[in-house]
Amino acid sequence: MEEKLTLFKNRKRFGIEKNIDIIFKNTALVLSSFVAIILLGIILVVFFQSFESFSRYGLKFLVTSEWNPVKDEYGAFTAIYGTLVTSFLSLLITIPLGVGTAIFITEDFVPKVFREIIGSFVELLAAIPSVVLGLWAIFVMEPFFRAFFVFLHNFFGWIPLFSTEPTGRNSLLAILILVVMLLPIVTAIARDSLNQVPKKLRNAAYGIGASRWKTIFSVILPAALSGIMAGVLLALGRAMGETMAVTMIIGNSNAFSWSLLSPGYTISSMLANQFGEADGSQVSSLFYAAFVLMILSLVVNIFAQWLVKKFSLKY
Amino acid sequence: MNSLYYQKRLSRNIGDKFFTSLSVICALIAILPLIFLVTYILYKGGSQITPELFTLEPNPPGDDLDAGGINPALIGTLIITTIASIIAIPVGVGGGIYLAEYSKGGAFTRFIRFGVNVLAGVPSIIAGVFIYALIVSTKILFGSMYSGLAGGMALSILMLPTVIKTTDEGLKLVPNELRYASLGVGASMYTTILKVTLPSAFRSIATGVVLGIARAAGETAPLIFTALFSYYYITGFGDLFYEMGSLAVLIYNFALEPYDAQNKLAWAASFILVLSILSVNIFSRILAAFTEKTKRV
Repeated sequence: MEEKLTLFKNRKRFGIEKNIDIIFKNTALVLSSFVAIILLGIILVVFFQSFESFSRYGLKFLVTSEWNPVKDEYGAFTAIYGTLVTSFLSLLITIPLGVGTAIFITEDFVPKVFREIIGSFVELLAAIPSVVLGLWAIFVMEPFFRAFFVFLHNFFGWIPLFSTEPTGRNSLLAILILVVMLLPIVTAIARDSLNQVPKKLRNAAYGIGASRWKTIFSVILPAALSGIMAGVLLALGRAMGETMAVTMIIGNSNAFSWSLLSPGYTISSMLANQFGEADGSQVSSLFYAAFVLMILSLVVNIFAQWLVKKFSLKY
Repeated sequence: MNSLYYQKRLSRNIGDKFFTSLSVICALIAILPLIFLVTYILYKGGSQITPELFTLEPNPPGDDLDAGGINPALIGTLIITTIASIIAIPVGVGGGIYLAEYSKGGAFTRFIRFGVNVLAGVPSIIAGVFIYALIVSTKILFGSMYSGLAGGMALSILMLPTVIKTTDEGLKLVPNELRYASLGVGASMYTTILKVTLPSAFRSIATGVVLGIARAAGETAPLIFTALFSYYYITGFGDLFYEMGSLAVLIYNFALEPYDAQNKLAWAASFILVLSILSVNIFSRILAAFTEKTKRV
């Protein structure tokens, strides 16, 4: 009895060790709350910096396209329109291509080795910095597509989207470089969600006599839809916030035009172009534009997360 | 009897053929330009590589034929990425430890996990704008405005979500038996984490972190008005508080110059940037595949 008690006495944890434990836990807690602090900090700082411009122009800022530092008139409609048009149109091209490629990778059209090589190659491409894509767009893509744009204008010039004479950099090139950039993201996420569809579903469909594509369209794609949608929304967020490649190729003009063949602007390219040299109320207006961009991408992101949670696979 | 054989002309078989070729065409349209892109960057950039490139300062754009080298930008990228890692890795790993090891899935944890995903989706230029407002315009860092330090901070905001996420997910994969065993022999919580769970999740965390660093190294948007750009050699510690060049910003600035010599420098910088990012990616992928095969627990 006596011996046992001393044994327990020696086994007691030191007070200092307990304190270290508590300190360790609280440090981890503080570090994890940094995320929330930074996120709130970004929102608050951008909001307060834009306050001057917000109180002066109000919501008119969103619908006028005058951007004149000399007269102190600011409206970001051209940039907002450019952001929305480039991101949505590029997605419109990317979705069928990306999902088609993902189906190609997940079906057994070619041996597994090739599919895996293609898959990891596509993933690698997501790692290429956008500024390098911009460089490539300026020196390779623009000359390559010049003749095609002239053709587009000559034959489809009656459509407002192609109504201006193509002169070098324009919005359509920005859309195309965005496609190159989004394709790896959409393909990778679509492939992952297609792979997660249980084999049982496919076999059941084959068993009752569905053909391969009947199975894909009525069983596999619907089952993977939520994952694909979330990937598409993530890509949309990326497209709206994408700065470098777009800035380098879109032409950076604040003159509003419906035509995709004329130089345009996006919010992020406006920030990249003007932020360094701006002063006075221009800075505040740029912060206002940044705030709009942030809200847009926050909404898209939160919606994507909600979608994943709400419609995640139930098999 | 006929119905037992494959019939080419049956509408469902024709439809199947059609969609199969459609998906092959999609894959070709998607992949061929990408292959062309990578080979072009490597070819065009690789042909500009000379030894002087790594040792000289870039010459200011002008009509002179010799553009110089990219030494300051190369060193600058290393320094700025290192600063970003020094900030983001401890914060991110610590935060990830809390999420995976201590939290009990309450409202706070859910909010942080949600915040990590939202922060990962914040456009990179917004991080630059934020640091500009917080640090550059207020001159809070000993009176310096644009600086390599501010650039590193902007990049760390972009790295943070990746680091937290990989730590959180890496730790969650560690089997609970290991934790029970460690706690059961009397180890305290922090000993368990530092000696048992973190080491067994080390490889997956390290892979994710390295990929995050590689991504940050190519980011340009957060740097163009925080670190700005510099043409001069980095000579000492004090240069942290002044404008600092980086490969990414060099590519951006010199791609838009009308002079051929500067454009070539941009291609050379792209080659170095892409090659190092791709090799880091491939290496960590091989490492991850290797780990998966030899996993014991």
